[in-house]
Amino acid sequence: MNQPDSASAPTAGARLLRFTVPVRLIHAVTGGLMLVCIATAAILYNGSLAVIFGHRYVIEQIHVWCGFALPVPLIIGFAAPSYRADLRRLNRFTPHDWNWLRSKTRRSGAIPVGKFNAGQKLNAALSAGSIGVLLATGTVMYFTNVTRLSWRSGATFLHDWFSLGLGLLVMGHIAFALRDSEAMHSMRNGFVSLRWARREHGLWAEELTDVPADTCHPKAE
Amino acid sequence: MVGKVPTNVPDGLEGAPVGRRIFLGLLGIGALGIAFGSKVQNALANALGPLEERDPTGLLSLLPLGDTFRFYSVTGSVPDKDASDYRLTVSGLVGRPTTYTLDDLRTMPQIDIVRDFQCVTGWRVPEVHWRGVPLSHLLDLAEPTTEARALRLTSFDGTYTESLTLNQARLPDVIVALDMLGGPVTHNHGGPVRLYVAPMYGYKSVKWLNGIELTADVIPGYWEHRGYSIDGFVGKSNGRSDEPTG
Repeated sequence: MNQPDSASAPTAGARLLRFTVPVRLIHAVTGGLMLVCIATAAILYNGSLAVIFGHRYVIEQIHVWCGFALPVPLIIGFAAPSYRADLRRLNRFTPHDWNWLRSKTRRSGAIPVGKFNAGQKLNAALSAGSIGVLLATGTVMYFTNVTRLSWRSGATFLHDWFSLGLGLLVMGHIAFALRDSEAMHSMRNGFVSLRWARREHGLWAEELTDVPADTCHPKAE
Repeated sequence: MVGKVPTNVPDGLEGAPVGRRIFLGLLGIGALGIAFGSKVQNALANALGPLEERDPTGLLSLLPLGDTFRFYSVTGSVPDKDASDYRLTVSGLVGRPTTYTLDDLRTMPQIDIVRDFQCVTGWRVPEVHWRGVPLSHLLDLAEPTTEARALRLTSFDGTYTESLTLNQARLPDVIVALDMLGGPVTHNHGGPVRLYVAPMYGYKSVKWLNGIELTADVIPGYWEHRGYSIDGFVGKSNGRSDEPTG
């Protein structure tokens, strides 16, 4: 509900829908596939793990097919309007976002933040691009008869480094999630409190409730 | 509130589409990298590979620098074997089937070779020092019968197998390796005893070697069942054009 009428002015205990069911589903499936890819990649890549786990052929097959499946939920998701809406928001960087990225006190609330902060936007774009590169290079590596050798070597080189980068990105993403249990909880049940939304995503809270964020801060707790 | 002028616009309707630019930019880097990445890789490997080999912390080996061994195993945990329980059996179409201990192999004539190790997946370790018993020596002791045309090689990992023709097995640079890189072959490298087939891709160099069986025909090995070339000469098989190691 974008325009609640004034009679039902939101209270501090109100719940706001942050992630719809399709968005949560897409996140869960993508996240699951990503974790399997990372675990199998670690075994294939790291010598000590490779010797402990062995079964190279099976591990390779799991890695390859989970990798091919990884973009599928992200693409099927386009059927859901709420997913498309979230992607639109993630795509757009406002001048506030650049200030937010540069600021040392970005969490203070002084810089207006919409539904997604600039870090989340950056993470989404970098993750999507990395998944694309890993898919393309992985395909070149897997179908060995299709391309020339130097392309396969180049693809292997990129695949190695992008895996490392994306792995760090995912670790960072999980670390930030673990620091904010309400944010993480909303990925499971969809809702956040109005209080949380005003603190972390003031512009978005304002947009949903039509009440400027500033005026809602109680002067004293 | 004065009037009905919206106080804010939902974000997503304003601002530059930076997310899309980053996404497409990364895909562009991907395309360039596939085309030219092998050159960058070679430069990196030349610059940092020697450092990695001598890095006491082992941290550099976590980076994908190339030119270093990667450890492959096709089964679950592989048992550790040493001089007390290691055995190498030579059997099949031979006049004198024999089982050797590690000490038996140590007392045989050894040769030293320094040659690159090239993996079919692309990595290559330059100038690896190998030392061991020429496979031809073991064949001479076993006296293959006239029907014997090929070797089936097995690993004590319980799963891995490989094949060589008898002529390939008699090449002077095919050895049953007991030492590599200046010391006994370690467990991860396939110790205590592995094969080293210098002119062929790494998958021919069976790790944890425990059986040499003479057969009438070539029986394709583990990876050969999965599409790899049976005659795995470096640069002349598997659709690759690497510099030969032979």
